[in-house]
Amino acid sequence: MTHKVVSVKTYATVFLCLIALTATTVGVSRIELGEYNFVVAMTIAVMKGSLVVWFFMDVRRGSSLTKLFVGAGLFWLAILLVFVLSDYLSRGWLPGPKWW
Amino acid sequence: MADIETHPAAHAQGLKHHFDDSAQQLESSTLGMWVFLLTEIMFFGGMFGGYTVYRNMYPGAFASTSQFMNLAIGSINTGVLICSSFTMVLAVRAAQLGKKKSTITFLVLTLILGSVFLTLKYVEYYEKWKDHHIPGPGFRYAEPQYFHEAQILFFLYFAMTGLHALHMIVGAGLLTTLIVMASRNRFSAEWYTPVEMIGLYWHFVDIVWIFLFPLLYLIGHTSSWGG
Repeated sequence: MTHKVVSVKTYATVFLCLIALTATTVGVSRIELGEYNFVVAMTIAVMKGSLVVWFFMDVRRGSSLTKLFVGAGLFWLAILLVFVLSDYLSRGWLPGPKWW
Repeated sequence: MADIETHPAAHAQGLKHHFDDSAQQLESSTLGMWVFLLTEIMFFGGMFGGYTVYRNMYPGAFASTSQFMNLAIGSINTGVLICSSFTMVLAVRAAQLGKKKSTITFLVLTLILGSVFLTLKYVEYYEKWKDHHIPGPGFRYAEPQYFHEAQILFFLYFAMTGLHALHMIVGAGLLTTLIVMASRNRFSAEWYTPVEMIGLYWHFVDIVWIFLFPLLYLIGHTSSWGG
């Protein structure tokens, strides 16, 4: 096959990063940070997810078309979540009748 | 036949004749797999969206129910799944190098780790069952003011982790198929596409858990966001 094989060292480094990030997110969750607990937890989750997509799923060495597809998927997911949440989370911001 | 010259007699193993070469074929398969995974992202995305909406609608009930999430099992399971992604990637690497024996070893390790995850999930579900925390007629809850709202949140917990567990079970079946295929010498350094594609699927299921874990187990006992 034309693909060069990735070294075990690279995979092991990514693996150790993932374990370290998991330990970090569990540790930080025990500290009371108010709203920032959510922000930290989701930031670490995005970092972990990106590591898996980029290295383990090998998008890093994938074709431009593969990268475009992955990007399009994330964009559509963003449309789904942003549009739904911009409705629900903004309800009650303005004075007026409460609908739910 | 005229196209005998454009069709070399020695076709690379596993190469379908409508592809130019193995690299093109692998890229097509990868792209197809990603399209499938994108539909899965949207599928799970709807549940994540619904979960966020209800969590913000019922912040009190959310804080109340999240104290019943088993953080220890959740954390261990996160580690187990990350280990299984690591063994999966090593299985794909071994397949790329055409090493049959280590491909099978790493696939079996991945399958074992997946089973450990599902076993711990079963322990967790059984705990909920004993506590009457399954939504429905048998539901009991310590704080009666949250009786209805808590059922919605427990329902979302079971729907999301259940759907994830279902994907794990399907993944375990796919891994078993790969192990059988590998032991029958179906793969070589020239053709190992199924190992790579099922690897992508396995990593995707891992990513879903990477997001489920903080949302269900980590941010509950602190204040809710946005609500």
